[in-house]
This record gives sequence, C-alpha cells and structure tokens, in this order.
Amino acid sequence: MEADSRLVLPLAAIFTAFFVAPLVVLLLLSLHGDIAMQGWTLHNYVKFFTDPFSYSILIDTLLLGVKATLVCLLFGYPIAWLCARAGARWQSVLVFLVILPILTSVVVRTFSWIVILGRQGLLNQVVMGLGLSNEPLRLLYTEVGVVMVLAQVQMPLMVLPILTVLSKLDPNLADASRVLGAGEWRTFFRVTLPLSLPGIIAGCILTYAASITAFVTQTLIGGARLIYMPLNIYQQAVGANNWPFAAALSIIFMITVMIVVGVLGAIGRRSEIHGRA
Amino acid sequence: MTASRSHRLRLEAITHRFGASTAVRDINLDIAGGELVALLGPSGCGKSTLLRIISGFIRQTEGRVLFDDSVVDALSPAERGVGIVFQNYALFPHMSVGENVAYGLQAHKWPRERIGKRVAEMLDLVHMGEFASRKPRELSGGQQQRVALARCLAIDPKVLLLDEPFGALDKNLRLDMQIEVKRLQRQSGITTILVTHDQEEALSMADRIAVMSRGHIEQVSTPTGIYDTPQTLFVNEFVGTTNVLRGEFIEGPAVRLEHGPILPVGPDKAFQQGRAVVVSIRPEQLRFRPAPSDGAFAAVITTVLPLGAQVVYDVALTGGPSLKIAEPRDAEGGLRPVGATVYLAPASPAACNVFPAS
Ligand SMILES: Nc1ncnc2c1ncn2[C@@H]1O[C@H](COP(=O)(O)OP(=O)(O)OP(=O)(O)O)[C@@H](O)[C@H]1O
Ligand SMILES: [Mg+2]
Repeated sequence: MEADSRLVLPLAAIFTAFFVAPLVVLLLLSLHGDIAMQGWTLHNYVKFFTDPFSYSILIDTLLLGVKATLVCLLFGYPIAWLCARAGARWQSVLVFLVILPILTSVVVRTFSWIVILGRQGLLNQVVMGLGLSNEPLRLLYTEVGVVMVLAQVQMPLMVLPILTVLSKLDPNLADASRVLGAGEWRTFFRVTLPLSLPGIIAGCILTYAASITAFVTQTLIGGARLIYMPLNIYQQAVGANNWPFAAALSIIFMITVMIVVGVLGAIGRRSEIHGRA
Repeated sequence: MTASRSHRLRLEAITHRFGASTAVRDINLDIAGGELVALLGPSGCGKSTLLRIISGFIRQTEGRVLFDDSVVDALSPAERGVGIVFQNYALFPHMSVGENVAYGLQAHKWPRERIGKRVAEMLDLVHMGEFASRKPRELSGGQQQRVALARCLAIDPKVLLLDEPFGALDKNLRLDMQIEVKRLQRQSGITTILVTHDQEEALSMADRIAVMSRGHIEQVSTPTGIYDTPQTLFVNEFVGTTNVLRGEFIEGPAVRLEHGPILPVGPDKAFQQGRAVVVSIRPEQLRFRPAPSDGAFAAVITTVLPLGAQVVYDVALTGGPSLKIAEPRDAEGGLRPVGATVYLAPASPAACNVFPAS
C-alpha cells in the first residue's frame, strides 16, 4: 500500500503542476475586478449572468453540441452497425474511412469543407446540377454548416465506442430473439439497441465535448457572426484584452460542460449495470 | 397432451458447404413425434451447423427439412416454431427473468393478460416462480438454464433444440438438470434434439443417438444398440472405451492377431480370407481365466485403477499390445497385484466387434 502510494506521487505532482495549478490561476484571475486586475470581486460572474448576450452564447454553444451530437449519432450508429456486421475485410476498410478525419490536420480538413460548402462549392454545384435548387444553398457561415462539419469530423468518436460494444454483443442474443418469433425491427429495438446504450453514451460524451470546444471548426465554418464560447473567450482575452472576464467565461464554460458530461456519464453507468450479463 | 404437441421431424439428404468446405454431408434422419435424439460427435463434426439448418438460421446447400409432412426450407426461424436453448443460454441480460419469458409471447402478439398467466405458469414449471423479477446475472448457471428452457417452451415450439445445454454446469448440477430436462421433455411430449459431445449424457438421456463424424452420420441407433453393436470403428471408439487389436481375418470365423494368437469371433462376422481387420473388445467384455486355456492370452498387470464399483487393470500382452480389462470389485475388495501374470479371454466370441482395417 505504502509503496503504491509513493509510486503515484510523481504523477500527482505533474498533475498538480500542469492541470490544477493553471486552473487555480484561472480561478484567481476571474475574481479580479477589471482589466487593471485590482482587488477581489464576483463582478465578472455577475456580468456574465446579467448580460443576455453573454449567456445566450453559452446556450448556443451547448445547443450546438446537442445538434452536432444528434446528427453524429444518427449517421454514426448505422455506420457502426454496418461495420460490426461486415466481414473482416470490409470492416477494416470501413473503420479506416471512419477514422480518416482524425488522420488529417484540423486546418486542412476545415478548409476542404469550406471548399465543399461555399457558394460555388462542390455541394452547391451538385445540388444545382441535379436541379434540386435554383439558388446556391447558404451553408458556409451558418449553423447548419457548422453542425454538418462537426458531425463529420467527430464521427470516429461516435462510431468507435458503439462499434466496440456492438462487436462484443453475443450473436446468440439476436438469434434467440429471432427464434422466439421477433422480426429484425423488434430484435433491434428490444435487444441490440438497449444493449449498445453504453457505447452510445460514451460516443455522445466524446462527440459532445469535442464539438463544443472545436475552436477552429466553429470559427472557420461559422465565420465571425456565429459566436460560440471558445471564440468568445478568445475575443475577450486577446481582442478586448479583458483577461479576468475571459477567465470567468472559461470557468463557467468548464463547469457547465462538466455537468453535462457528468449527467450523461451517470446515465451511461446505469445502462451498463443493466446491460452486464 | 402428448400426441397433439408431438411433431415429426425429417431431414432428407442434407448437405451444407461453407465455401469449398463441406460442414455436413448427406444427412438423413427421421425423428418421430416426442422422441429425444442426441447428436453425438467430436468438436467440429457439424452438430451446430445441423442445428442451425433445422432452426432456419442457415439454408442448407442441398436437401430438405420437413416438420410433420411440410417442407420448411423457405420459412424463417421465427416462422418455423422451433425452440433453442443455447450453450450459454443467451438470456437477455437487460431484462428480468419474467421479461425474458414474456419476450416470445409478446413477439407472437399474445394479449397482455394471457402473457402474465403464461409466464407464471412456465416459471412454475421450471421451479423458478419466485425469481421472476431477478436479472439473469443474479442467477446461478442451473437457474439461468431453467429460465432459458421456460423462455423457449413458453411459445410452444414444435421442436426443441438443445445445443450442448449442460456444458457450462458442474457435474452434480448437470445430472440434476439432465433429469429435469428429461422430465419436462417427457411431460410435454416435445420432439427434441440434444447436441452433445458427452457420450454419457447421450447414452442416459436419448431415445436414439446419431453419432456424427466429419459431417456425416455414422450410425443412428438406441443407446444400447450404439454401445453393443457399433457399426463402425469410429462409433465403437467414440462411445465408451475399447481395446483395439489388429490382425487378419481367417476361417472360423476368427482373427489371427498381429502378435500371433487366434481369436474366434461371432459367426455373423464375414470378411474375405486374409483381409486386414481390427478387433474391438470392450474392457468389461474381457474376463480373467484361472489358467492358460484355449484362446486365453497371457499378460502381465501393469497398472491397477480401482474406480469405485469396478476395477480397471492395464495389462501388457506377452509379445503384444496393452489392453484394458474391467472387473467388478468383490466385497472383500481384493485387488490383483501389479506384476502378476494373468490369463484373459473375451466373455464370448460375440463380444468381439470386427471392422475392416483402414
Ligand atoms: N460460418 C462458418 N463459416 C465457415 N465454416 C464454418 C462456419 N461454421 C462452421 N464452420 C465449419 O463447419 C464445421 C462444423 O462446425 P460446427 O460448428 O457445426 O461443429 P460442431 O460439431 O458444432 O463443433 P463443436 O462441438 O465444437 O461445437 C467446422 O469445420 C467449422 O469450421
Ligand atoms: Mg457446436
């Protein structure tokens, strides 16, 4: 026991130095009154919650995460399901395609999305070429565009946990369901889906956390008029040079994210207890 | 109750290939309503494949499956009305025992009130009534198996398929569950196929046994028929233990063994003169003789194994191979000593099975 705890000490020291300490600095910074950084006050927090503009950005950001996560789940679950069902060779091809976004630089892949989504972009050429619309769709610098790109970019974070759970599912369970008279749909909704809930929750937590903090994607695709928390913090700190307010925003953002992730995690743990054989 | 629920099952010339490899080959089996047939064979011989063909999960490459007199090949597993107990039971882990049993009834669109009654009735049948609200993980192996049985019997299947259902149970519990399953099977009169690679299980439970080897059926017979009159050397060696001696077939009928002596065999054995054959004698069909007499082999005892009610001796024939011989242990419990010279002979010529040498 003693030897164990001593082994942990260096790790704990590193953790304190590089993670806890900056947070403490951030917290202290946020309690300074103004740009001059004099005195102690809750002024920055009061300002945030009394300024509709500030907190509407937080709400927008949290909702953006929800939308991106839902779209990601909508496409990610079927992809994971196909991967789990595919033969070994197809499975590796599909998994490679899914993780491809992780393997390219954020900036590069975001710019290629700009090329796709723009007024003269690939997508609009296809849509107009097919005669689905007479005017180019507005996707770049809109939330729809941001959600689309986030969903694509975070796809691996959704697909991989679900795929892991699905491929560990006992195939006899689906067989048992079918032989008891259930069709494909009943088998899916009553057996496969509930048992893959732990993977869905894990995928949602990862996708959600990654989507709301995706500074580059949000900013490049969303443009200057769509402001989310990461950009807001950046503008306060670097643009307005108001470090205490930026620090307060960071703390508030962090805590709300922790609450969301905590709630999802609690649901996940419950479903896991239910699902364990 | 029995007759109405008993359905006949027929397999006609079933062959199945996975790509280039043949998993089962030309299987013919006719199972009467209410009969319990064991599929017995070593790992990989195609037992599970055959079970999956009967249940409709895989469509055989050739041949037909008939329930009563109708071909079911085009029917899905759901439509065939078979019940399966999987080796790992495959209970739905996120549902309670009661919900597991109700699952098939819901899928069959039973009205809600009747489902409740039926679930209670089925759980009582397997003595699991008080566990209805438990989750499968809170049950022991034997209890899980009872639930799996109740779940598949609830929908009143035409045929019950058991894929190595006792493999995961320890020895005592296994015997209890074998008796229990046999009781339920008799009581419901349901036609049943039991897949197993445990010969004792097949011998004790089945009305008939189909011994399989490398994808085809070697012999179908009653347990005693399989044990006493095996038709192939494979069946003889796979079911029970036996001694195998090589030799050549001669007039008599008899077999001249490789190491010299001549062994008379039953008059029903007919082979060409000089044909290379193997003779198989079960250990309990060998007898000790008090003195070197006609047709008795001299041997030296090398190992003594007192196995409860009987004693098995390993003996080395003079100038020949080793044999096993079993003898009931007498009340005094006197054992023959290691190193003693003994004389032994088959109980009768009919006790020797003769097969062509491969
Ligand atoms: N899906 C499949 N694809 C290819 N080959 C298969 C498949 N399923 C089974 N086989 C092959 O068919 C043969 C029979 O397999 P099967 O599972 O029926 O054996 P088994 O008698 O049930 O063995 P065990 O006692 O180990 O369960 C084996 O050689 C196996 O490798
Ligand atoms: Mg098998």
